Amino acid sequence: MYGKKVKLRILFLALILSSVILIVFLVLQSLKENVVYFQSPSEIKSLIELDKKKIRVGGMVKEKSILINSNEVNFIITDFKNEINVIYSGAVPNLFAEGKGVVAEGFLKDKNYFKATKILAKHDENYMPPEVKEAIGDK
Amino acid sequence: MLANQIGYYSLILGLLLSVLLCSVSIKNFYDSSKQINQKVLSLSFLQLIFVIVSFLSLILSFINSDFSNETVFNNSHTTKPLFYKISGTWGNHEGSLLLWLLVLTLFIFLFLIKSREQPKKYRILTLLFQQIIIIGFFLFVLLTSNPFNYLFPIPTEGLGLNPILQDPALAIHPPILYLGYVGTSIIFSSSLAAVTQNYVTKEWGYHVKKWVLVSWIFLTLGIMLGSIWAYYELGWGGFWFWDPVENVSLMPWLTLTALLHCIAVLERRAVLTSWVIILSITTFTLSMCGTFLVRSGILNSVHTFANDPARGIFILIFLFVLITLSLGIFFLFHKENNKNPNNFFWLSRETSILINNWFMMYFLSVVLIGTVYPIFLDVITSEKISVGPPFYQKLIVPFLIPFLLFMSLGPRLKWIKSKIENKNSLIITFIISVMLTFFILKNLTTDLLFYTVLVSAAFFLFFTTLKELFIKKFYNISQTVAHFGFSLLILSILFNSILSSEIITNIKIGEKYSYNKSEIFFKKTEERKESNFNAIIGHFEIKDQSGKIIELKPEIRFYNQPIIITSEADIKTTLLDDKFLAMNLVKGNEYFNIRYQVKSFMIWIWISVLLLSLGGLMSLFKKRYEK
Repeated sequence: MYGKKVKLRILFLALILSSVILIVFLVLQSLKENVVYFQSPSEIKSLIELDKKKIRVGGMVKEKSILINSNEVNFIITDFKNEINVIYSGAVPNLFAEGKGVVAEGFLKDKNYFKATKILAKHDENYMPPEVKEAIGDK
Repeated sequence: MLANQIGYYSLILGLLLSVLLCSVSIKNFYDSSKQINQKVLSLSFLQLIFVIVSFLSLILSFINSDFSNETVFNNSHTTKPLFYKISGTWGNHEGSLLLWLLVLTLFIFLFLIKSREQPKKYRILTLLFQQIIIIGFFLFVLLTSNPFNYLFPIPTEGLGLNPILQDPALAIHPPILYLGYVGTSIIFSSSLAAVTQNYVTKEWGYHVKKWVLVSWIFLTLGIMLGSIWAYYELGWGGFWFWDPVENVSLMPWLTLTALLHCIAVLERRAVLTSWVIILSITTFTLSMCGTFLVRSGILNSVHTFANDPARGIFILIFLFVLITLSLGIFFLFHKENNKNPNNFFWLSRETSILINNWFMMYFLSVVLIGTVYPIFLDVITSEKISVGPPFYQKLIVPFLIPFLLFMSLGPRLKWIKSKIENKNSLIITFIISVMLTFFILKNLTTDLLFYTVLVSAAFFLFFTTLKELFIKKFYNISQTVAHFGFSLLILSILFNSILSSEIITNIKIGEKYSYNKSEIFFKKTEERKESNFNAIIGHFEIKDQSGKIIELKPEIRFYNQPIIITSEADIKTTLLDDKFLAMNLVKGNEYFNIRYQVKSFMIWIWISVLLLSLGGLMSLFKKRYEK
């Protein structure tokens, strides 16, 4: 009887341990796949190799750069050192405007073109995402 | 002016009362009386009154637009409608903390009245632990976020409330959510008291379960209100974005739900005592962490009011003290109950509850990692990252399958030791669910196998609980209603994500946009003036596949104080789907950016959450199963 109990307990522990290991592995794996990195236009310019993964680009929308047609919005994101062209088809947040901070999510086509899949909404006129603030840096 | 003074001094008096209350109750703890001293009750009541007075005077300052008060100046404006002047009271950092304090004192007073049958020492200790939290929050309010700061010279006009917060759902969202959040404090205090008194028994389980239920109901409703608001106000047309701020409210909800189920086990079998205590401590800690993350400005959202590092540090230290205190008490005092050894038969109701508890802990860790990992990475490597919805979906959704199955089978098992009854009817139900799912999904999705399994599991729960409702009528109806609500929630979310469609385009006035047999016609715009904003209203005609025409009138609002543009989506709700249209302005151009969505079964998501809470409410008024 005693032996059985011990065996059961060992089995139980082994089960828990293996599932914990499995879960940790799973979580780390999908974290690696689904993390989106933030980059400024200057950082993109200095890239040696283009990343195929989804990234975020942030900075200011350059003055007089927004161009609209029926299915696309084109604009330029600048950090006052470098800039990048953005092509976007999708919903635009209300506070998206020239001379304002912006964060766009999407994929790099090359070092000058960024295909955005999402433009992030801000809630507040005065609020600037910390990433953008840092990207613009010593303006 | 006067209201300011009264508010401020009531707060100080409230803090002094805390100290007095502690000393009186400690004396009461050691004396020979059988019952709690009447003085303790009166003092606790008085404390509540002081906080109420303070809160009311802040509301009064908001109503009168008394800009000599800094909080009012920062968050109000004379042209704001009265309703939003009042709701602006808790729509900011200082006021919302005052609300925390109000709920803290309210709950301990209610606890004292409602726990007369409980042992005296246990009640007093609960009061003392709660007072530690209350003192902490008094100090926090008075030292770092005083809502009654003077401004001189007195400004003639305030800065206004963020228009996005001027919304009926969001006006009641904070108080409801706080009742849930802060309600967990009483669970925390009473668990610690019960541990010190070695009183983690069936009676205690029954008594504390009511408090868990109260918090759980309010937290559920509070999260729902926030979600509804995000759905129609943010113009993205979704109800859950896995935004850190949402996650922060989901985490205590998960532990609270787990706790609710464990306490049901404790109430009947007096097992799982340590687990119940750990969950109570965790739940409150997560609520506090939520406050810390949101208020310290680490997370970016509407909820982040001010980035004052002193506040973040204060909460962090306070949090650290509370965690150390509670863990210390837990390890020093907690004794496993040896009379009822933890023997779990593999097939019993408590085992299935325990298994789903572990699933919930798994969901919790996924959400926690997704929320906290970017913060850590930023601090350590200063790399900026964000974790997107796919992370959560990939890790949570597959595990819903076993979770739903255990939820369907568990309640049909008996306590202690059981065998599966009515095997045949369960198997038949299961087969029906699978077939039904297969026929519905056949032409709808690409990932047929996965969705069939998932939706079948949800349908299985749906049918088993539905059957239960009809056959057993009033036996354990609260649980059945809640589980039914949950199955409905999962089903509507799944079908919502499978069936919904979205069109985004830029369109000029007078233009038509056609796509597979449907048509969006932008007829015209008109203007409207209100006291605090001007609006452009777009008139749209939408013809769907069947040729039916509906009109939608989304708005773009230009708020004057503060100057912000918001878009108000127009939504036509039917039982089958929501037609959602939001429009945005792009740079004074003649083009408007529109987002048209058909969201299937949207209303059922809200209905099912209401059913969930209804289940909780029924359980709250249920009599104890034995005795």
